[in-house]
Amino acid sequence: MYAQMIKSEATQDDPEKLATFQARIDAGEKIEPKDWMPAGYRKTLIRQIGQHAHSEIVGQLPEGNWITRAPTLERKAILLAKVQDEAGHGLYLYCAAETLGVSRDELTEMLLDGRMKYSSIFAYPTLTWADMGAVGWLVDGAAIMNQVPLQRTSYGPYARSMVRICKEESFHQRQGFDIMMKMANGTEAQKRMAQDALNRFWYPSLMMFGPSDKESVHSEQSMAWKIKMNSNDELRQKFVDQTVPQAEYLGLTIPDETLAWNEEKGGYDFAEPDWSEFFDVLKGNGPCSVERIEARQKAWDDSAWVREARLAHAAKKQAAKVAAE
Amino acid sequence: MTKEWPLWEVFIRGQHGLSHRHVGSLHATDAAHAIQNARDVYTRRKEGVSIWVVPAADITASSPDDKESLYDPADDKVYRHPTFFDIPDDVGAM
Repeated sequence: MYAQMIKSEATQDDPEKLATFQARIDAGEKIEPKDWMPAGYRKTLIRQIGQHAHSEIVGQLPEGNWITRAPTLERKAILLAKVQDEAGHGLYLYCAAETLGVSRDELTEMLLDGRMKYSSIFAYPTLTWADMGAVGWLVDGAAIMNQVPLQRTSYGPYARSMVRICKEESFHQRQGFDIMMKMANGTEAQKRMAQDALNRFWYPSLMMFGPSDKESVHSEQSMAWKIKMNSNDELRQKFVDQTVPQAEYLGLTIPDETLAWNEEKGGYDFAEPDWSEFFDVLKGNGPCSVERIEARQKAWDDSAWVREARLAHAAKKQAAKVAAE
Repeated sequence: MTKEWPLWEVFIRGQHGLSHRHVGSLHATDAAHAIQNARDVYTRRKEGVSIWVVPAADITASSPDDKESLYDPADDKVYRHPTFFDIPDDVGAM
């Protein structure tokens, strides 16, 4: 997902306080910034929300790639609005993380020096305009699967930012599907582009949910804390079941020969992605991993003077105001 | 490392006639800048008709530890609610 492979931090707090805390969560109460919380809960959430925020920010890059080359002025305006939303989502999430006692600059620096990750999906290139369709339809579709249940997560500021994000995310998915419809009903060349985009984004989209639960050793504590609401396999299955009929509607073929409806389980059987590729991407060896961090580093360095100048300007104005009083 | 921009809390009046409601926070260097950023971050879809921004450092919040002393005194004053009083049906709506 946007936050992948988040390891739950061990916690060594007073057992009595831990029990009271767990009872609050079990009762469906929200935990707020000033409430007592186990150190492990705090640390795990900083990592999870931080990674989620970084994904929103880095996620602007593959789409930003197409703003200047969108096929019409309307498509360009829509794509701009979508990318601006991603920036907004990043900001909501950074603020939620900051309520846990980490600063915005620290979070940014941890992304830049590799201590914090972003979602594997954004390490893939967007080669054609059809990729804008595939990203909205599949990537935002997969993100919604995970973010809708997170609206009920136990940490108040995180849950509230998810509510805002989910409201906006549906626009993202629909605009992607709209692009795919146009391409799939277009010329032969456009159809081929749409199919090619699906071929390239299908398995990376399945990877977004993280490895199988059988291998995911970190889930249990996060589930108990209600900062992870569903298992990876559960969400992946839901995503496949939802997406296959949509691909059929488009007249496109899911690049999986083993894909078949399983009447007994009431869902599709499908092929697993290549997990060695996933782990490799997560280590920073994705096709665009270096480029993405370079772009973030450049943006951070190039805007340093703006951050400083705005502070200096505000201090000067404040001083003038005090002098006038 | 340079100093970070201060944190502001953002409140938005969703519609005329409603009170401002806390929607989130953001970083900005002064009040005018905070309003400008709040407009971009929190009202991209006409979510409001008015914005308040307050420096987060200027907000005084009650402590979760004071929960009992603040709210428990209300526990035994159920008569503050209209449903405490039984009014016979014959009396009609009241």
